[in-house]
Order: sequence, then structure tokens, then C-alpha cells
Amino acid sequence: MTLECLQEYWWLLVSVLGGLLVFLLFVQGGQSMLLLTPKGIDRNLIVNSIGGKWELTFTTLVVFGGAAFASFPLFYSTSFGGAYWLWILILFSFVLQAVSYEFRRKKGNIYGTSTYDLFLFCNGCFGCILLGVAVAMFFFGAEFTVSRGNLLDVSAPVISNWAPSHGIEAIFNFKNLTLGFAVLFLARTLSSLYMINNVKGDERFSAYMRMSVIINAIFFLVCFLTFLGLLLTATGYEYDPATGVVSERAYKYFYNFMEMPLAAVVFLAGVVLVLIGIALPVFKNGNKNGIWYAGIGTVLTVMALFWISGYNNTAFYPSLADAQSSLTIRNASSSKFTLEVMSYVSVIIPFVVAYIWYVWRKLDMKKLTPESLENSDHQY
Amino acid sequence: MNDLMTVVDWSRWQFALTAIFHWLFVPLTLGLSVIVAVMESIYLKTKSEEWLSITKFWMKLFAINFAIGVASGIILEFEFGTNWSNYSWFVGDIFGAPLAIEGLFAFFLESTFGAVMFFGWKKVSPRFHLTATWLTAIGASISALWILVANAWMQYPAGMEFDPAQMRNVMVNFWDLFSGIAINKFFHAVFSGWALAGVFVIGVSSWFLMKGRRVDFAIRSIKTGGWIGFIGLMMTLMTGDGSAVEVAKYQPMKLAAMEGLYNGENGTPIVGFGILNPKKEYDNNEDPYLFEISIPKGLSFLARRDFNAFVPGISDIVEGVDATADGEKINTVSYAERIERGKAAQEALRRYDVALKANNTVEQESALKDLKADYPFFGYGYFEDVKEAIPPVGMTFYSFHIMIILGGYFVLFFILALFMAYKKREVLTKSRLAQWIAILSIPLVWICSEAGWIVAEVGRQPWTVQDLLPTKAAISNIASTSVMITFWLFVVIFTILLIAEISIMLNQIKKGSLNK
Repeated sequence: MTLECLQEYWWLLVSVLGGLLVFLLFVQGGQSMLLLTPKGIDRNLIVNSIGGKWELTFTTLVVFGGAAFASFPLFYSTSFGGAYWLWILILFSFVLQAVSYEFRRKKGNIYGTSTYDLFLFCNGCFGCILLGVAVAMFFFGAEFTVSRGNLLDVSAPVISNWAPSHGIEAIFNFKNLTLGFAVLFLARTLSSLYMINNVKGDERFSAYMRMSVIINAIFFLVCFLTFLGLLLTATGYEYDPATGVVSERAYKYFYNFMEMPLAAVVFLAGVVLVLIGIALPVFKNGNKNGIWYAGIGTVLTVMALFWISGYNNTAFYPSLADAQSSLTIRNASSSKFTLEVMSYVSVIIPFVVAYIWYVWRKLDMKKLTPESLENSDHQY
Repeated sequence: MNDLMTVVDWSRWQFALTAIFHWLFVPLTLGLSVIVAVMESIYLKTKSEEWLSITKFWMKLFAINFAIGVASGIILEFEFGTNWSNYSWFVGDIFGAPLAIEGLFAFFLESTFGAVMFFGWKKVSPRFHLTATWLTAIGASISALWILVANAWMQYPAGMEFDPAQMRNVMVNFWDLFSGIAINKFFHAVFSGWALAGVFVIGVSSWFLMKGRRVDFAIRSIKTGGWIGFIGLMMTLMTGDGSAVEVAKYQPMKLAAMEGLYNGENGTPIVGFGILNPKKEYDNNEDPYLFEISIPKGLSFLARRDFNAFVPGISDIVEGVDATADGEKINTVSYAERIERGKAAQEALRRYDVALKANNTVEQESALKDLKADYPFFGYGYFEDVKEAIPPVGMTFYSFHIMIILGGYFVLFFILALFMAYKKREVLTKSRLAQWIAILSIPLVWICSEAGWIVAEVGRQPWTVQDLLPTKAAISNIASTSVMITFWLFVVIFTILLIAEISIMLNQIKKGSLNK
């Protein structure tokens, strides 16, 4: 395979991981509902329903980061070192999450269940919003420069330099926040759909979750359509494949959909599936399969968004300070050798997905009920 | 970047804090996962309710520890980008791959089958559950493999070459990542986890015995933990010895710092116990030790398998004196010359960059030739004084000796614990002294384990990548106040979590001791 093919292959893998991560954020969506849910059985049902999957989301986030590091190290170096506060806040929220499930109802946890629920809530809300903000920068850019020659400046050897606010500016950027809130409300919607599927034996709880689907889906659609409007009218950056020179192009992402019909089809299919997933339990009482439609739809939609951010000669991380510093899948990638090695490794991905699917089915075969929760050996 | 050194210092503190915190939980995860898997295997074979109860008790402690280990692990991965962004670019082509593979091969295995282990008792068959427990343990070790391969590569960079056009290193041979240093490091770290978990199990079980609760439960736990811990410790000693040989070959400065050795000789002694002279510098004639007990010719044998081999000290290495693989004294490149040649390499790279932009191929070739000749010393070009290239000797020396002394103590500890569990059960059940020693050994084994990592990481300073990228050139361009704030935030969060973790553990142990 040529270097170009490998770069495109790895962008595809990053998009798949990104799609899976956003789907699995249903765990965070459930956490964001905790504080509005009365303490007691309802809250415990939510925590224990999504709790069995928290590590999968966490692992997918780590693997997404690892894959980005291995395949596009200049992105890792520029974004993480530049948008310092954004990534550190994401990090804090996930660190608190990781211990909260295990600790929340254990005797001797010192700070009480409510504190750990607050940690979960914070991760649920801020984790989703901030990850959305981080991804929005793939379209709306950030103020940074990249100069490899800095490596030879002994007094200031850093090659990537960012605006002095180091990511704070990205968090308070309206455009970025539209995607951030869209991710949050999508995660809440998915979580409600998941719990409709996963919890049985409590009709009142199911009705509560159906109502949650409706409310969150409305907020999601408002945020998502606003983001989509901003995206399709945005000026993007593209590079000349021969020279690598980057230039602006109005309506770049709109044109990307037009010039890559497959991306447009996948995107539309994804959106339709999400809408079907939302509609199923709302209009068909007792239907529990909404999560699968909406889940697959989410993965497809996010993949298509990654495609229009990186393919078709698009700069996937536009620099607003210096267009030529923008990152593309050509200038930010690992070497051909490394991408090849990693591509051999990626052959294992279907096996990993297969065993995750098998175990998921096995564990979820017996649905969670208030009674089974009380009799469980290990509960959160 | 006026505050370059301050950012470097705060970033180092932050990374060290995170690594030390993370390593509080990882070895217990590595060891306890195996111990629990063995216990569950015995349960499945014997169908004994007591073994089921033993398995579930230790599994609960494993789960509590596992969660916080996962939480602290992600911080390190993020910090390579947030705090060491130059590093991420300079060697990301090589270093990123093991991290990604770790996630794909190990983390999914751990998280998927860990869920079965914790939630699957009533949902899957006993055989499937046992398989999941073993897969979780294997996943933890595979995770350690990749991260230690990555770490070892930083200490012995191999399988790569410098790409001057992109000003970074690129991988040219994947299998070179599995160097002798990497293999030793992996087994050393994993088996030390077994030893640590063995001491933990024996210590907690001894508390049961002290309280006179669940005696049979405690004795069975001591036997299982004792054997796994003992095997782990023996393997740790063996691989530690192998590591010392590798360090002597590839990081002689680190070995010299570990021993506080300034001037080497043929038949160099090894210091068993010593106090360093704080006035000693590489370029003065002060005695290196205020007090020391040494084993004659010990270091020569340890490093070169030859009692009369030459082992260079810090001053020797700075002056360009080293040893061959056979232990012969030779002259190599002094640190002063390395700094000059490092600067020459950087100047050649500068020339290459200009020529590349001007499309001047003749000048490119000339610059490239000069660069290749001096590239092995590229990182020294960031230094102004040879002192900058010497690691902190005191911390390395004391950490190494604490590790060795405690390692020796734990050999005795396991032998006695196993002997008493099989032959002198009444001593274990009745002797307060034996019980207290076992309980107090728990913090000691953690000190031993952390000391090992301090030797590995402080001893290799000032390098992030040996000879190529010093710590001060590996950082991100962020304000030192930002890193200072996040450092203290980490201190607060880690303290809060550690207190909760210990408290929950103690509660679970107490609860477990009361269960029938």
C-alpha cells in the first residue's frame, strides 16, 4: 500500500473509533441524569444498568487517543500540548468517573454516595460537552502554529505553539459548544434508549425513560441542526495535493458532501437511523430496540463527519493563526513503516469487536430488574 | 519561553507524581489478578465453598484496586501529549505504536472480561467465568508488556532512524523494540507485581489470624499468595540481575549513579550499605561516601560477570572512559566533546533545513553527512555544561539500595511465611510478632516497588530518549503556572482518592473477616 492509502486507512479507523466512542457515551448520558433522579432504586437502576459498560467507554477513549497518537502524532502533539486546559478538564472528569462506580456504595467510601454521584454527573455533563468541543475544533479550527525548526532553538525548542489561553477559548466558542451540547443530549437520548432495553420489570421506570427520550431528543435536534447549519456554511481549509499549500475554501464541508457522495449517503443514513431509534419507543410502546438503530446511526453519522473533516484534501485541524500550519492527514501522520505495522495490528480489530459483542450479549441476556439488582454479588 | 526550566520542573513533578500514584495500584493488579485466577481454578476443581469464598473476597479487593489503577493510567497517556508534546512529535512515530497496541490488545481484554469477572457469577457458566478471570489477568500483563516495551525503548532507542526533513525519528524495525532491556523490564515489573501481591495477601491474612477470624481461610490464602509471591520474587531477582547487565552495557551513567561510583577500577566493589558524601561532585577529590560497607569486586561481577572487569564511574564517563563488553577499560567520547558534537549535529540539521527549502541538493547531502556523523550525540547539543548530563545521584543511589535491601528481606519473608503455613501453623496463628511483621511488611513492599521505578526513571535523567532528547527539550509550550495549578489539583485529587481507596479496602477486609 502507498503512504497515501495508509493515511486514508488510518483516518478511517480513527473515524470508526470516534463513532464507537460517541455511541458508548450513552454511559455518560446516563450519568448526567443522576442528580435529577431521586435517590434510591431509580438511581441505582440507572447506575447499575450503564455501570457494566463504563469501562468499555473508557477503554474506547484510551484506544482512540492511542490510535491518534500512533497514526497522527503531530495532531496529538499539537492539540494536547496546545489545548492544555481542554484536555486536562476532560481528563479530570474521566478520572473521577473511573473510581466513582466502584466506590459509590462501598462502606467506608468516606465522602458518601452523593459525592460519587456528583462526580459521575460532572463526567456525564462535562465529559460529553468537552469531547464535543474537542471534536468541533476539527471543523472550526484553533489558533496555533507549527514550526518544526523550533526544535533547534535551545531556549524555546517547542514545535507547536498555541494561543495563550491554551484551550479555554475553545471551550467558550459558540460554534464548538453547539457540537458539545449536541453530543450531551445525544448521549442522554441514547442512554434512555439503552435503559429501556436493559431494564425490565419496572413499567414506571420504562415510562420515565420514554419521556426522557422525547425531551432529550428535542434538545439534541435543536443543537445538532444548529451545528449542521454552521458546519455546512463554514469556510474550511484545503490543501493542494501536489504542493501541500493550504488555502481557504468557502462552504468547504458542504462541498465535501457533494464531492464525496458516499459520505453524504452514510451521513444521511446515520441521521435517519438515529431518528428511527428515537421514534420506535415513543410511537411503539414496548419496543426496546431503539438503542440499536440509534446506536448504529450514531456511529455512521460520526464516521461521515470525520470523513468530511479529513478526506477530499481537507485540513482536519485548521489553524486560524497560520493556514500553512494546519494539520492534514498527509503532514500529520506517522511514517509509512509505522502505519504499515499498525495496519497489520489492526487486523485484530474484528476479533476484538466480536468478543466484546459476545460478552455484551451474554451479560445482557438476563435483563436488570429491581430484584436482580438487590441479589447481585457485585453492584455499583 | 522565559520560564522554560520552571515548566520543565513542574512538568517533571507532575509526571513523577502521576507515575508514582499509578504504580501504587498496578503491581497489585498484576499480582492479585493471577492469585485470584489460581484461587478460582482451585475452586472449580474442588467445588469447595471455602475456596469460592476466598476467591470472591480477594476479587472484591482486586476490583477496588483495579478501578483506581485504570483511572490513574489514562492520565499518563494524556500527559505525553499535554506536557511532553515535543516528545510526542520527536519520537511519536515509534512510541505511539506500543500505546495503541496496548489499548487494542490489552485494555479491551481487561475491560470486557473484567465485567464478566465482577458481574458474571450468576450470568455465565463457571468455566466461562474462570476463563474471564484468567483473561483479565493476562490482559493486565499484556498491558504491562506494551507499556514497558515503550518505556524500555526510551532508555535504549533502537529500530529507528532520524528523518531530517520532518525533524523526527521514524521506525524502521518494529522487532528492535523488543530489546534485552525491554524483555528484562517486562518480566521484572510483572513478577515484582506477583511478589507485591503475595506480601499483601499474607499481610491481610495475618490480620485475620491476629483477630482469630477465619483461620482456615487465612492459611489457605497465605499458602496461595506465598507461593505466587515467592515465585514472583525469585523471577524478579533474576530479571533484576539481567537488567543490571543491560544497564551496564547501555546506560553506564545510570549504573554509576545507582552505586554512587565516581571513579571506576578493575574489580569494582559493590556497596551493600552506604551514606553518600553530599560534597562530592564529579570534578572534586572528595570521598564519595561518608560511610559504606562494600562487597569486594561485587559490581564488576554484577555488571560484567567478571570479578576483575572495569566498571566506569561518573567522573570516568564524563571524561570519556568506558568499558568494553569484556570489561576492558577504553577511551570513548567525553561529555564535553559530546556537547560539541551535539551542537554540530543541530547546526547540520539547520543547514539541511535551509538547503531543503532552497531545493539545494548538494548542500542537503553535505549537511546530511555531517548530521549522520554527529547524530548519536544530538541531545547533548541542548546542554551548556557537562553537569547537566549527570543524573541526581543521591536519589538514584538510595532508591536502589532501599530496593535491594527490602528485596533481600522479602526472600526471607516468603520462605518463613511458607514454612510456617505448612510446618509451623501454630506460630502463624498464635505469634503476635509474626503477625505484626507480616502486616507491617505491606507498606514496605510498596516502598520497595516504588523505589525500583525511581531508580529506573531518575537514574536515566536528564533524558526522555537516551542521548537524543533531554527532558528540557521534550516539553510543551505552556505557562508554568498552568502546570503548577494542575500539579496541585492532581495532588488534591490523588489524596482524596487514595484516602477513600484505603478506607474502602480496610472496610472490605474487616467485612470479609467477619463473613462465614
